[in-house]
Amino acid sequence: MITKRLYWLVLSCLLLSACNQDESAQGFAGLGTQVDGFAQVSADTRLAFPEDFGKHPEYRIEWWYITANLTDSEGEVIGAQWTLFRQALAPGPEQPGWANQHLWLGHAGITRHNQHYSAETYARGGIGQAGVEMAPFKAWIDDWQLQSTTADLNQLSLSARGDSFSYSLTLSTEADPVLHGDKGFSLKSDTGQASHYFSQPFFTAEGQVQIDEQTYAVTGQAWMDREWSSQPLAADQQGWDWFSMHLDSGDKLMLFRLRHTDGAHYYSGTWISAAGVAQPLSPDQIQMTPGTSHAVAGRHLPIQWQLEIPHLGIEIETQAINPNAWMDTGIPYWEGPIRISGSHSGVGYLEMTGY
Amino acid sequence: MTVSRFAQGWVLHALLSHWRRHPLQLLMLACGLIAATALWSGVQALNDQARNSYDQAAERFNSLAQTQLISRAGGDFSEQHYIDLRRMGWKVTPLLEGRLELPDSQSLRIIGLDPLTLTLPGVQSSRSLPGNFDLSRFLTPPGQLLVSQSTADSLKHLWENTQVAQLFISAQTGRLPDLQVNPELTDEEVITDIHLAQQLLQQPGKVTRLLLTANPPGPLPEAQQALLRLITAEDEADLTRLTQSFHLNLTALSLLAFVVGLLIVYSCINLAFEQRRPLRRILHSCGVSQRQLLGWLLAELLLLGVLAALPGLITGYLIASLLLPDLAASLRGLYGAQVSGSLTLQPAWWLSGVAMAAGGVLLAAILPLIRLMKPATTQPEDKSKRFPYVCSWLTLTGALLWLIALLLMQAGESLASGFLLLTSLLFGAALLMPACLNGLLKLAERSSRGPVSQWLWADARLQLPGLSLALMALLLALSTSIGVGGMVEGFRKTFSGWLDQRLAAEIYLRADNPQQAEAIEHWLADRDDVEIVLPSRRTEISLQGWPVELRGFKPHATYSDHWPLLSSLPSPWEQVAEQPALLINEQLARNLNLSPGDSIQLPAAEGDKTFIIAAIYSDYGNPKGQLMLSIERMLLHWPDAVAGSYALRVQPRKVDALMQALIEHFSLDTSNLFDQQAVKGYSTQLFERTFAATHALNLFILGVAAIALFSSLLMLSAMRLSQLAPVWACGISRRSLMLYELVKLLTLAMLTALLAIPLGLLLNLCLVKIINVRAFGWELPLYHFPGQWLWLLSLALIAALLAALIPLLRLYFSSPSDLLRSFSHDN
Repeated sequence: MITKRLYWLVLSCLLLSACNQDESAQGFAGLGTQVDGFAQVSADTRLAFPEDFGKHPEYRIEWWYITANLTDSEGEVIGAQWTLFRQALAPGPEQPGWANQHLWLGHAGITRHNQHYSAETYARGGIGQAGVEMAPFKAWIDDWQLQSTTADLNQLSLSARGDSFSYSLTLSTEADPVLHGDKGFSLKSDTGQASHYFSQPFFTAEGQVQIDEQTYAVTGQAWMDREWSSQPLAADQQGWDWFSMHLDSGDKLMLFRLRHTDGAHYYSGTWISAAGVAQPLSPDQIQMTPGTSHAVAGRHLPIQWQLEIPHLGIEIETQAINPNAWMDTGIPYWEGPIRISGSHSGVGYLEMTGY
Repeated sequence: MTVSRFAQGWVLHALLSHWRRHPLQLLMLACGLIAATALWSGVQALNDQARNSYDQAAERFNSLAQTQLISRAGGDFSEQHYIDLRRMGWKVTPLLEGRLELPDSQSLRIIGLDPLTLTLPGVQSSRSLPGNFDLSRFLTPPGQLLVSQSTADSLKHLWENTQVAQLFISAQTGRLPDLQVNPELTDEEVITDIHLAQQLLQQPGKVTRLLLTANPPGPLPEAQQALLRLITAEDEADLTRLTQSFHLNLTALSLLAFVVGLLIVYSCINLAFEQRRPLRRILHSCGVSQRQLLGWLLAELLLLGVLAALPGLITGYLIASLLLPDLAASLRGLYGAQVSGSLTLQPAWWLSGVAMAAGGVLLAAILPLIRLMKPATTQPEDKSKRFPYVCSWLTLTGALLWLIALLLMQAGESLASGFLLLTSLLFGAALLMPACLNGLLKLAERSSRGPVSQWLWADARLQLPGLSLALMALLLALSTSIGVGGMVEGFRKTFSGWLDQRLAAEIYLRADNPQQAEAIEHWLADRDDVEIVLPSRRTEISLQGWPVELRGFKPHATYSDHWPLLSSLPSPWEQVAEQPALLINEQLARNLNLSPGDSIQLPAAEGDKTFIIAAIYSDYGNPKGQLMLSIERMLLHWPDAVAGSYALRVQPRKVDALMQALIEHFSLDTSNLFDQQAVKGYSTQLFERTFAATHALNLFILGVAAIALFSSLLMLSAMRLSQLAPVWACGISRRSLMLYELVKLLTLAMLTALLAIPLGLLLNLCLVKIINVRAFGWELPLYHFPGQWLWLLSLALIAALLAALIPLLRLYFSSPSDLLRSFSHDN
C-alpha cells in the first residue's frame, strides 16, 4: 500500500533538524508534497508484467515491500518484513555516479511474540550500492536482496540482516499479480491523489531466520506490494493504518485507512478471492474501528481492531502478535504480524504510521 | 575594644594607602602579575585553540578515532571497493580527501563524504555533520560547500577569477555550489558531497578511505585484503602524541614565565609587608584582631590579583593572536593537523586566567604573610643574620631537586618525566645559586686587600638576600635562553645541512596516475638535458602495530654521496643495491630498538621477508617510521607499491627550462612539481615558524627577568641609604659610592650569567638528548654557540645597568642631610 514505507521521503529531513521551512513537507513523511517535473499517475495507464516489477525512475517515489507470516518448527509465529524505497530528489534523466539523484532506503524487521528487531540502511543510486534490475529481476541495497531465481518471477529469494537478526527466505507462487483500485490505479483521497499499486499476495515462504544467534527453520505465507507515484498523499493526510491479511479460507484482504487531520478519514481496500479475483472496495463499504490502545515508544497505538465489510459478511477482529513491534528507524512506525478471528480467521500484517 | 562593629572599610583603606605612598612598588607588582598572567594565559589560549581544532576534526570523522580501511599502497583507491564491501554487508562510508591548490598559494582541504552512509542513526550520531545540514541541497547539483566564514569570503573573492570558478561549477547544472557557512569548521576546510569532491580534486571514481560505522561482519575479503589495510584507532594515536608533546613544550615555557613573574610579585609583596610592620602594630592597637587583619590582607591581595588579571588576559590575548598564525602553520606542516587561524576564546579561559592571577598572588604572599603575622619580636629581625639559615634551607632543597633530576635522568622514559627532569634541574639550580654566589663573594672578600674592597665584597654579600630572588629570575631566564636557543640554533644548523644533503636532486615530481607516470618516464628518457631519472615507489606496512612507510629507490651516487647516515655497516649502499638489505630512519630505529646489522621481518605480498639493516638515517620532521630499499627488490616483494615519484638530476642552468616543459606537457603544477630551492624554502620556512613561538616566549621571559631585577634594585635602594651612610661618613665620596654600587651589581649580574652558562648547556643537553627523542623520536647533535652566550651575558649586564640606573641616580643626588638622617635613624 501506498503509504507505507514512504517514510523515506522524509529522508530529506531525516538527518536534520533544519529541513527547510519554505519547502516544509506536507502529509506524513512529506508524501503529500507536490513536486513538478515528475510523471504523474493516470487512470489510463495499463500495468504490464513483469516490466512493472522493475523501477519507474520517472516517478518520484516507489517501493518494493514484502511481509511474511511464518511459523517455526515448534509452531511459533515469526513475522518478517523487507522494504526497499526509492526516492528522486530531482526530476530528469538519471545522473551517472555519485551525482545520481535517486536515494534508496531499506527497512527490515523481524518479530516474535516477545522479540522485535528492526534495521535500516541508505544508499545513493548510480554507483551500484542499491538498485533494481530486470531480466533477471533483482532488487538490492547493500547485502539485502530480493532476487528472482526463475525467469518469470514465480520464485524469489529474499534476504536481509540487522545487528541482531538475519533471514533468508524462498518465496514461490503460481498465481498472477493482483491489481488494486481501478486496474492498478489506486486512489488515496477524494482530491485525486493516487498511485499505481499491485500485489502478489499468494507467495508461500520457507527458509531460515536467525534471531540473537538462534536459528529457526520457518515456513508460511508472504505478501508483496509494488507501488509508485509522484504525490501519493493529500496534504492533510497525517498517517495511516494498513492491513494485509491471509485468511484461512485462502482468500486475501487488503484494507487501509488514511487519517485526515479533520477526522474525515479515507478508506479503501481489495477483496481477493482464493482464485485470485480482485474486487475493489469503496470507502463506504469499509468500517475500521480501533480498539485497545497500547503505549510504545512514548506513543499510544491501537493494537486491536474491529474490521467490518458488511456486504461481504466480514466481521473480524485483529490482535497484534507483539504489541511492541515498533520500527525504531529514522522515521519510526509500528509494523508487525497480527492474528485474525471472528467471521473469518487467519494471519496478516498491520502497519500504523503517524502516531 | 573590637572594631567589628565599626564599618571596617577603613582597615582596607589604611592597607591600600601603602600603595599610594609607594606607587613604584605597586607598578612593579602589577608588572609582575600582568606578565605572569599574560604569558601563561596567552599560551593556554594557543593550546586551547589548537586542541579545539583537533577535537572538531576528530569528532567530525576522523582519522584519529575511527577504524578504517586505507590503501596499502597509500593514496586514493577505486570506489568499487566501497560498493563491493557494502554488498558484502560491511558498514563502511567513503571519504575522499585532498588539497586543492588555488592561485596566490592558497589551498583548501577538501573533504568529500556520503551523508547517507555517514550518519546512519544509531550507528553514528549526527555529530558527524554540522547542525544546520540540509541533505537535499547537499546532494543535489550544484551542491553545497560547508565552510567557515573566512573561507566563504575568500572563495567568493577567488570565484571572481573565472578559471577558478570553472573548477567549482557543477557539470550537471552549470552553476557554482552554494556556500553554507558553518562556524564549527576550521579555515581552509571544505566539506562537500563526494561527487563534488571527486570533481574538485579531479579524482573521479576515487576514495581516500573507508570509515567503518559498525564492526566488520568478518575478515576482510581476499580481493580487498590485497589492496586495502584495516587500521584501528590506536595506529593513528601517534599524531595525538606528537601534537601533545608540542603543546607540553609550550606549556612548560609558559609555566616558567609564570614562575619568573611570580618572583617579582613575591619580592614586591615581601618588601611591602616588611615596610608595613609599623602599620600592623598601629592597627593592632586600634583593636583590629590578628584574624581580621589576615582577612583584610587576603582581601587586598585578591583585589590586586583580580585587577591585574584583566590587563594580563588582554595582553595574553594579544600575545596569542601574534603567535597563532605561526603555530597553526607549523602544526599543519609538521603533523598535518588543522588549526583555525582565528582565535576564539572560551569563558573557561577567562576564568582560569583570573584564577591563575589570584592564585599566583596568594601563593607569592604565603611566606611574607606568615612572617608578618608572626608575633613581633622586640628587635626587628636582621635579614643578613637570617640569611645563612634561609640559605642553607634553599641549598638543601636545591640539592634535593638535583638528586631527583639525577634519578630521573637514569630512570625516566616518558616525556612527562623529561619535563620533570628539566624542572628539577632548573629550580634546583636557582635554589643553589644564592649559596654559590655567597661562596664566591666570600672568596673574593678573603682575597681582597684594603678596607674598601673588603667592605665592597662584604656589602655585596649583605645585599645578596634582597637581590637573590631577582638574580634567581635572571638565572632562570638566562639559562633557559641559552638552553632553548642552543637547541633551536643547533637544530637549524643540523636541519639545513641535512636538507642540503637530502635534497641532492635538482627537480622532484610526482605523477597523478600510473598512465601519466609512464608517459613522463618516456618523455624524460628522450631528453638530453636530464642526466638521470631516479624513480621511487612507496607503500605502507605495519610493523609491530606501528604504521611505517616503505620506500623503494634506485641506488645511485645521488644517494650514496649525500644521504645523511647516522650509523651504518661498511658500504651500506652497495649492500642495499645487491642484497636483501635496507636503510631505516632514526625514528623507527629508536621505536623498535634496532641497530645496523640487525635483521628485520617485513610483511610482504607472499609472506614475511627478512632484511638486514644496513644503516640508519636521520629523518627530521617525519612523524612516522620509514624504510628504504632498492626499487627492484621492492617490486619483487611489494608489486602493488605506488609508482610515480621521481627525482631528476639536471644541470642547474637547465632546471627552469625543463620545469617549464614539464608543466606544459603534463599540466603539472606546484602541488606535484618542485625544484630543490622550493622544497628547501618551504622546509626552512616551516622550521622558522615552528620555533617562532619558542623564540618569542624566550624573549618575553628575559624581559620579565629584567623587570624583576629592576624592581628588586628599586626596592633595595631605599634601604641602601642607611647602609651607605656610614661609609660616606668615613669619607668615601658619593660618586665613588655610586661606582662601587655599580661594580657590585654588575659583578653579581655577571656571576649569575656565568652560572647560567653551564646550566643552560645542561638544559640544552637534556633538550636534544632526552626531550627531543621522547617527543619527536630523533636526537640532535649538540652544538655550542659561544657568540650567543656572549650576547646574553652582555644583555644581562645591560639589564642590570638599566635596572640600577634610577637607584644609583637617587643615591648620587641624595643630599648629605639625607645620608645623615638615615645614619641617625639607623642608630
